[in-house]
Amino acid sequence: MSHIEFRDVEVTYKTGLKALKGVSLSIPRGQFVVVVGLSGAGKSTLIRTVNNLVVPSAGSVLVEETNVTESRGRKLRRIRSDIGMIFQTFNLVKRSGVLRNVLAGRLGDVPAWRGVLGAFPRADIAYAHECLARVGIPEKAFVRADALSGGQQQRVGIARALAQKPSVMLADEPVASLDPPTSHSVMSDLKRIAREDGITTIVNLHFIDMAREYADRIVGMRDGLVVFDGTPSEATDKAFEDIYGRPIDREKDMRGT
Amino acid sequence: MTTIPTPPLTGRLKGLLALVIVGALVALAYRQTSFDLQALFTGAADFWRFFGRLVPPLSEMGTNWGAYLPQLVSPLIETLQIAYVGTFFGTLLALPLIFLSSANTSSDPVTMWIARTLLTILRSIPDLLWAAMLVPILVVGPLPGAIALTLFSLGILAKLGSETVESVDPGPIEALRAAGAGRVATIVYAVIPQIAATMVSYILYVFEINVRASVIIGLVGAGGIGFTLQTRLNFFDYTGVGLIILVIFVVVLIIDSISVWARSKLI
Repeated sequence: MSHIEFRDVEVTYKTGLKALKGVSLSIPRGQFVVVVGLSGAGKSTLIRTVNNLVVPSAGSVLVEETNVTESRGRKLRRIRSDIGMIFQTFNLVKRSGVLRNVLAGRLGDVPAWRGVLGAFPRADIAYAHECLARVGIPEKAFVRADALSGGQQQRVGIARALAQKPSVMLADEPVASLDPPTSHSVMSDLKRIAREDGITTIVNLHFIDMAREYADRIVGMRDGLVVFDGTPSEATDKAFEDIYGRPIDREKDMRGT
Repeated sequence: MTTIPTPPLTGRLKGLLALVIVGALVALAYRQTSFDLQALFTGAADFWRFFGRLVPPLSEMGTNWGAYLPQLVSPLIETLQIAYVGTFFGTLLALPLIFLSSANTSSDPVTMWIARTLLTILRSIPDLLWAAMLVPILVVGPLPGAIALTLFSLGILAKLGSETVESVDPGPIEALRAAGAGRVATIVYAVIPQIAATMVSYILYVFEINVRASVIIGLVGAGGIGFTLQTRLNFFDYTGVGLIILVIFVVVLIIDSISVWARSKLI
């Protein structure tokens, strides 16, 4: 039984751009999938159809057998609260404290009045601290988010997603704004937590070496279509050249260490 | 020899065209209003005579002004209170309208259109006009003044607030939507922290404007020191008028300085 299922998903933006041209994928529970492709290949669009931030113009996405694409309002919010998401630019509220940013991950589960007043149950506050500890920055709880380094900010992003107690994690280019060593430590944190909690994870990445190192499965996209789907050992240099439609550029396509 | 690339002609023409239009409008307005710089000089004698009456002879200044000052305290406080109450309720009413009228926080296009139209109508009526309309409807005194300034502040703050909201970083909003947070929670967590400092600065600025406006609307019967000023003017009591103008000048200056200082600390 698959955890996430894409069925002939197509996305056409208002501008007329066809970002996805019919994608079908089946992702089993607990799998760590890395989606690779050039920018503009449709990776970001694909990941956003899972929580309906981008609504497919045809086809549908199912999570836990529930049709996300057709869900609206309260039902959609309940589905979203089970799906954590982290972003290339972290998307933290920079002027707010770290703990408040993490607690924002609980907003999908607590009653609206508690969220608005900031009156989170004690258990939720404790859990937010626990999430910060799991990403290695327990001491930063009361620091303003904009006082942290990029790597620390992305860890807050992961902690916020973790605070949702998600069964699915989406990561859109999570390390593209970080330097190589930080990139690796953030990716290995993400992988470790996904393993420990059995979270099904989809990560968009550009870097070939990182995709091979962390993925259980690599999906290659080009021009709105899946053009490769296999294990890291199957994703040879030749396979990547086919995905990117050009020779591998060691500078641009490798993150190194 | 290399030729330096010339900027496209259209850009330079646009600048020239703007200059011609502005110049033509000034010339037209100059004629229509019979604007006359000379009058400033021919009228100078009258001006000095009027100004002279505002200031009592030095020998009488102590007794005259000393007798007036205590009488000005309570209308002056009333003026500040009108400004304060107007700013307070204006802010309170503006808050929901800010989010209803901003494209990135509004619930639906229809609500947004209604909110925006309402604000446009509010803003098209100047504060003095509000006061002049409300005084006959309600009562002569501070109440119509406070309501006039509430509506005036509401119009400005909602507009400035909406522009601030629409320029926030959309990233946190996307993150909270993705986490399943509701619309109000998203506004509270992702938008308000981003606009808070700017909004407090705007509120202080509107209070500054309201203190000055509160003096002016007093002239049409909306209470405060403006009303006292109007009364003194009607009695041709120029010594009183002179003192009131001086007091207003000092108080506005003090409030503006405090507000400017506070705003500089905020951002």
